[in-house]
Amino acid sequence: MNKNVKLYALSTCIHCKNTKEFLDESNAEYDCCYVDKLEGDERTRVIEEIKKLNPSLSFPTLCIGNTVIVGYKKDEIKKALES
Amino acid sequence: MNAEQLYEQLKKFQESKGYFFNKDKKMVLALLESLLVNKKRYGHMACPCRLASGDYEQDRDIVCPCVYREADVKEYGTCFCGLYVSEDWNQETIPHEVVPERRNPAKVLAGLGM
Repeated sequence: MNKNVKLYALSTCIHCKNTKEFLDESNAEYDCCYVDKLEGDERTRVIEEIKKLNPSLSFPTLCIGNTVIVGYKKDEIKKALES
Repeated sequence: MNAEQLYEQLKKFQESKGYFFNKDKKMVLALLESLLVNKKRYGHMACPCRLASGDYEQDRDIVCPCVYREADVKEYGTCFCGLYVSEDWNQETIPHEVVPERRNPAKVLAGLGM
């Protein structure tokens, strides 16, 4: 089953960069949204989305199906991709 | 100024205060580069791993070095973004864990006018 994978990131964040590289190495298909590049209503909408997933509003916030992983946690990401 | 120059400029001073650059120099240069990017776009070196508002007053707590560095380095041996670490971190005598965000999310929302 191909899970929906979405990464909320900042273009300047090293942990987000490492997360993205790990997803690429794992050949995962995913959407990446650089929240610091968004503006106005779109940014507000995305922040509201993230708030529901990760109340601390920190980055990276990674959604793999129903699993939300906050921070570059390789083992958790690997497990969630494989499950 | 480029990342390498910023590295040299900050290193001695920060070490004198007990804060060391992460031994992963590639990572440190990337983070310093990001600080220079934020300096250009916001006018201040907002933390590369936090969503800045662009308003200095609202971002004051996350202007690098952030106000959370002291507690994070004490507890985890590293600051949130991984730029500044303790000697133990660099000597790997403590585990390398992901640092949870200490900043109050209400500050993030306030900065974005939400």
